[in-house]
Amino acid sequence: MKQAIALTVNGDTYEVLIAPNQTLLEVLRDKLGLTGTKKGCDLGACGACTVLLDGEAYLSCLMLAVDAVGKEIVTIEGLSQGGELHPLQKSFVELGGLQCGFCTPGIIMTAKAVLEEEPQPTEESVKKKMAGNLCRCTGYKKVVESIMSASGSMGGKQ
Amino acid sequence: MEKQFNVVGQRLPMVDAAAKVNGSAQFTDDLMLPGMLHGKVLRSPLAHAKILNVEVSKAARLPGVKGVVTGAEIPDRQYGIVPKARDEYALAKGKVRYIGDEVAAVCAIDREIAEEALDLIEVDYEELPGVFDPLDALKEGAPIIHEGVANNTSFAIRKEFGDVEGAFAASHLVSEDSFYSQPVNHAPLEPHSAVAQYDPIRGQVVLWSSTQIPFFLRRNLAATLQIPESRVRVIKPKVGGGFGQKIDMFAKDFCAAWFAMKLGKPVKFTYERDEVFIATRQRHPMYLTVKTGMTKDGKILGQQFLSYADGGAYNSTAPTMMALSCFFLMVPYHVPNLLYEGYHVYTNKPVGGAMRGHGIPQARFAVERQLDLMAERLNLDPAEIRWKNSIKAGEPHPGGFVINTCGFAESVKAAAEAIGWKEKRGKLPFGRGVGLGGASFPSGVTNMSHISSGAVVQVGQDAGVNVFTGAADIGQGAETVIAQIVAEVLGVKLDDVRVTAADTGITPLDPGTFGSGVTVRAGNAARIAAESVRKRLFECVADELEANPEDLVAKDGVIFVTGSPEVNITFAKALKAYQYKDLPMPLVGRASWMADTSEPTTLFNQPGNFSPNYSFMTQAAEVEVDTKTGKVKVIKMVTAHDCGRPINPMLVEGQLEGSIAGGMGQALYENVITEKGQVMNPSFLDYGFPTTLEVPEMESIDIETDDPVGPFGAKEAGEGTQLSPAPAIVNAIYDAIGVHFNELPVTPEKILKALEEKKKQSA
Repeated sequence: MKQAIALTVNGDTYEVLIAPNQTLLEVLRDKLGLTGTKKGCDLGACGACTVLLDGEAYLSCLMLAVDAVGKEIVTIEGLSQGGELHPLQKSFVELGGLQCGFCTPGIIMTAKAVLEEEPQPTEESVKKKMAGNLCRCTGYKKVVESIMSASGSMGGKQ
Repeated sequence: MEKQFNVVGQRLPMVDAAAKVNGSAQFTDDLMLPGMLHGKVLRSPLAHAKILNVEVSKAARLPGVKGVVTGAEIPDRQYGIVPKARDEYALAKGKVRYIGDEVAAVCAIDREIAEEALDLIEVDYEELPGVFDPLDALKEGAPIIHEGVANNTSFAIRKEFGDVEGAFAASHLVSEDSFYSQPVNHAPLEPHSAVAQYDPIRGQVVLWSSTQIPFFLRRNLAATLQIPESRVRVIKPKVGGGFGQKIDMFAKDFCAAWFAMKLGKPVKFTYERDEVFIATRQRHPMYLTVKTGMTKDGKILGQQFLSYADGGAYNSTAPTMMALSCFFLMVPYHVPNLLYEGYHVYTNKPVGGAMRGHGIPQARFAVERQLDLMAERLNLDPAEIRWKNSIKAGEPHPGGFVINTCGFAESVKAAAEAIGWKEKRGKLPFGRGVGLGGASFPSGVTNMSHISSGAVVQVGQDAGVNVFTGAADIGQGAETVIAQIVAEVLGVKLDDVRVTAADTGITPLDPGTFGSGVTVRAGNAARIAAESVRKRLFECVADELEANPEDLVAKDGVIFVTGSPEVNITFAKALKAYQYKDLPMPLVGRASWMADTSEPTTLFNQPGNFSPNYSFMTQAAEVEVDTKTGKVKVIKMVTAHDCGRPINPMLVEGQLEGSIAGGMGQALYENVITEKGQVMNPSFLDYGFPTTLEVPEMESIDIETDDPVGPFGAKEAGEGTQLSPAPAIVNAIYDAIGVHFNELPVTPEKILKALEEKKKQSA
């Protein structure tokens, strides 16, 4: 009943034995120990489980692990390089774009995809594209500011 | 006011921010222990029923299932956060009281098997009539939800200060208006979770839990497991938001510990999102009638309140919630005469509990709305009414509060100016308007002997500073604020300070995160502990610097003589000097702090000073109502805020901004909808709290005061700001379309209906 699949996550290939109905979120967290990706609702409504597949943002709770085979998966753990925080991560730290931090990995992964697609977005565009990531702590102001700052759209403000 | 600080007052990132952005911050559900088992809870599908029989044998026989437990098997010991109001079992005994009540729990080798096992448990119920509204539950002949609780009223409070009848007789205008506040779910992003491990040799349970109050949880867990408190160690990992919902103990805590003890293996219980909505806590729905007497020029002479809180099936914090709702009517306005009568009533519905503001948001909504109603009736300016009635620092308080500092009147003026009150109120085109709301909140509770905090500050041989605090950081930044306070006292950088927190096995006692007491209470403990370290270090190096210890200053990693910064020694060298003098290492400072209790009070019995100090704030909203769709857009929200001296202005702003989003939700969108006790919208999609698209432009104005009791002059900043956004928004809606809404939330449906009515009346 279970099947072996290979997933490429943060540049490494993992062979895992999974049930076909297991979501990518479950496999990342339970099998690979990549717990930075969070389960907030398991219904695709909060964005806390967002990861990148070939550079695009996906809700890992709505995706079967078998469907991620052959894709380059990046999780929050794979965002920083060589111990240095990614500019987005740095921006969230410095501008207080987080409080409890539970939604933060998903927010940062979505933001990464947004900036890939639109490197110099307007604030309106950021708000629109981030609306699927819920946060109950911050009121989003510093979240949006962190993304704008990372994009360099705020001029010399950062 | 011109005090200069280096670390306090700075916009510094949270000490754990980097861990939160790189995925390494561990929340309870992230913990994986070798051999860990997974648990699930079976919940009642009925709102009110007797449990006749629970048949678990089929579930127990399912391969992979390691244990099943029902209410009948657990010790006969009820728990609850308020000792006099304990009415809950971790698993229901004999009777279920709401849809979602816990009936049994299973534990298996994985989540899927545990879930499958739930389906194999057969429960025989005898359904009982349910009651779903507190006003019905009060009536004679209503179904009794808890045996022995007459009229389902589990707590009643009646308090009179001064002479209300006399005040009404002397008033120019006496108005009576009724209001309703809806149930609101806290909806923290992290679902509730617990992991337990048992050491059978030492007989100790370790529980990692998404809790706001590790030490109270230890007490409740020990009591219900019937083992000594010393055999329970509660550790709080990162907590993904709480807002009051994680104050209580839940079935997941008890059941994880129960199975860990029985099976000798680590056990995890994590709730699903719908369980968070249905079976944890929510803000109490409340009916309020307010009668206020005013002079012709809008001075409040007396107020009378009648409130009915819908408690749902259990008490949780009921007595405290009702007392807060009552006493905090006497701030931020001067109310010389007050009569409050309030009832906490059981219904067969989800359970009410502490939620950001805790009983006060409902009362505040009523008062702030009525102030606008009465301003209109007296033809007065709502802003003027507010600052005119502002309470003042040092004035005698009818409830016994001691107000050391109060920036309220200033906050009204500042918020009004920032929103453009003079130019806009009553002057904007139809569909647009501005509104105000004021509030005040305690910085923790002075009144009970166990409400005190400890701290230990230890300086190691490498001059690194370790702080041990029981304070529970749930995302608000408590650990950062405490680290800033210690760094300031010792004159070191924030980065030199490490915090170990919220572990009942190693950190000192702390009541936890509730009532907004953490900064003042745990912050003062940390401050005094650090000062004791600094004192001994100063005494040690005074000779070398040829100065009196009292004349030394610690700043930027250097200790120097006041006025002669060239006469100095670095902090690291000072520590070396301490060691070479053969003084005992490590250098440790300890402190325990509680607020002055010269006027102790439980509030239930007698008035007194509730809190060490009080925050004050005014929020101003500008809204635009789409008269075709009924949708309200909040354009801008200003908060003018007196939280004393902010320890970290960036974190304070974060609290204000989060409060605005929360208050908007309360005003316009959020409502836990139930039909005969069944929650109809237990998901983020159906519930709908604000996203990036709804939140307005936000402006924060700091009305700084220097409070004598708070550490470095600080007061609370996390909860008070949740009180006035909703009334400010609803008051602005009145200014926009000329309709008064006294029931929350103000949905598009209500707005369209009201506009329709208005049209008919004017036709």
